[in-house]
Amino acid sequence: MTLSPMETAAAKTPAPLAKRIRGLSDRTIAWIFVAPTIFLLLAVNIFPLIWTIRLSFTNFRVNRPNNDVEWVGLRNYQRILSDPDVWNTMQATAHFLIWTITLQVLIGFALAFLINKKFKGNDMWTTIIVFPMMLSPAVVGNFWTFLYQPQIGLFNYVIAFFTGADPASFSMIGDVHLAPWAIVIADTWMWTPFVMLICLAGLRSIPDSIYEAAECDRASKWRQFWTITIPMALPFLMLAVLFRGIENFKMFDLVVQLTGGGPGNTTTLTSIDLKREAFEKWRTGYSSAYAVILFVTVFGLASIYVKALNKVKER
Amino acid sequence: MSFSVTEPSKGTKWLAGALVIGYACITLVPLLWIIATGFKSPTDSIAYPPVVVFEPTLEGYVNLFTERTRATPDMLEAAGEPQTWYDEIVRERGTVISGPSRYGERFLNSVIIGFGSTFLCMVLGTMAAYAFSRFKVPLKDDLLFFILSTRMMPPIAVAIPIFLMFRNLGLNDTHLGMILLYTAVNLSLSVWLLKGFIDEIPIEYEEAALIDGYTRFQAFYKVVLPQAATGIASTAIFCLIFAWNEYAFAVLLTSGTAQTAPPFIPTIIGTSGKDWPAVAAGATIFLVPVMVFTILLRKHLLRGITFGAVRK
Repeated sequence: MTLSPMETAAAKTPAPLAKRIRGLSDRTIAWIFVAPTIFLLLAVNIFPLIWTIRLSFTNFRVNRPNNDVEWVGLRNYQRILSDPDVWNTMQATAHFLIWTITLQVLIGFALAFLINKKFKGNDMWTTIIVFPMMLSPAVVGNFWTFLYQPQIGLFNYVIAFFTGADPASFSMIGDVHLAPWAIVIADTWMWTPFVMLICLAGLRSIPDSIYEAAECDRASKWRQFWTITIPMALPFLMLAVLFRGIENFKMFDLVVQLTGGGPGNTTTLTSIDLKREAFEKWRTGYSSAYAVILFVTVFGLASIYVKALNKVKER
Repeated sequence: MSFSVTEPSKGTKWLAGALVIGYACITLVPLLWIIATGFKSPTDSIAYPPVVVFEPTLEGYVNLFTERTRATPDMLEAAGEPQTWYDEIVRERGTVISGPSRYGERFLNSVIIGFGSTFLCMVLGTMAAYAFSRFKVPLKDDLLFFILSTRMMPPIAVAIPIFLMFRNLGLNDTHLGMILLYTAVNLSLSVWLLKGFIDEIPIEYEEAALIDGYTRFQAFYKVVLPQAATGIASTAIFCLIFAWNEYAFAVLLTSGTAQTAPPFIPTIIGTSGKDWPAVAAGATIFLVPVMVFTILLRKHLLRGITFGAVRK
């Protein structure tokens, strides 16, 4: 993302000035300052990534270190891409992604739009709305299982209260049809404020003068909304979608605590499936290939999306 | 009074306020429910219909911090009168305290790993951000993008080789291993955020200091750092919150000595079924500090969550 424009101005330390400085040259200092960060990131990110790619061509298993490690070529990749279970997982992930992003964008934008009406105390209420997203997803997800209990859970009680159904008659996390929605609801509760904050920044960046000009031209409020507000806030909305997309594609903690991937495989998102393959079945080579496929997918989709985002911004 | 066509009318403001406050109240319910459940007795916590008004008790908190065993009447008599208020609470259930629970340790682990990694991350991050902001670093944009892209990896995907690497280095389930790991995870955030903050400090201050005979290090230390203090503080809080909340690496790479609170809290179970008041008490103690930090951070929230991409 190239969204910080100030860097060019900063780099222009006058050269003659630098020469007069006692001690190390700027170049040396720059390297001393940057090297530890790059080194740590190489050790904890790039080195493991290369190792993962290497392992993905083998049949290595962590729990059987004495077995001969064989080079199996692309067999792991073939098996993953032809496995119907993996495609079911991808579908569950797609369902989760599409619905969480849709709901969060709609509710988040609506909230930002309303907060931007600058009613009294809007700052305080914004902070309160933000709370859920700052909390530990695992701890909160675990507590949501309590809210979702049939009979005693608060969520079931409230739904039953408004619909007249029996609160013991449905189980959000035990029912094959409801579980995918249970994780969508919890995630939406947690992350709508994120979209809201970004949209709010977008709305606040639109200068009043544009609306004033539209008002002079007798454009209706409805028309102003569709021809000014939405197009001007669109880059921000798209940025919010990008962040939520990447985060929810990686989603693990909240959902694993809520449903553990069940019932059956209905809420087994890719990260949960990967965790099972790697740390329960210990198929290290296979799961390394899986990890590579996921990384390529995220990286590819994100790059295409960022290109689209930059196009929208240039308009 | 000046009249503006863009200022919303009183009625609009009132309606917008009512809707937002309504949403805020609904969104707060699960959080308030966690806090309330922590003070309920086990019977109240699973009552139907759910009770809102109840007699508060500290039983959940006592259960959270203690291990208890069921005691026969003889044992209870032999133990004598309860010495403390928490003894009294467990006696009422026909149990005696057999020792402290693991929650204290796990919470302490979260504190050590959270603060340790935040400190390290801020030292490395400030240095790198300063260099990226002020010097010509070769391949600067590529390096910055590389730093950001480390965030796109699903944690489970990197966890396999990290698990193997840590096992070979003896770092599995150690504080040092987790501190290094969380530092690496948070570096992308701290470098990007801090670079934004340092970019905003006019370079003229440093130039003046350099002309006055300061060295680069002195200028960095005495001019840039104080100017960036607010930015550094808010970045630090963000790193702390991320390390505090992290679950995926913690559950895979720690099991005993270095386990943090997020993988531990869901495993709390009582003597008969899940002890929800104790779970809620543990969650409350764990979550409330973050809410306080959120209030402190409110001015920089947007910047933090978007890696500095959006600034107000």
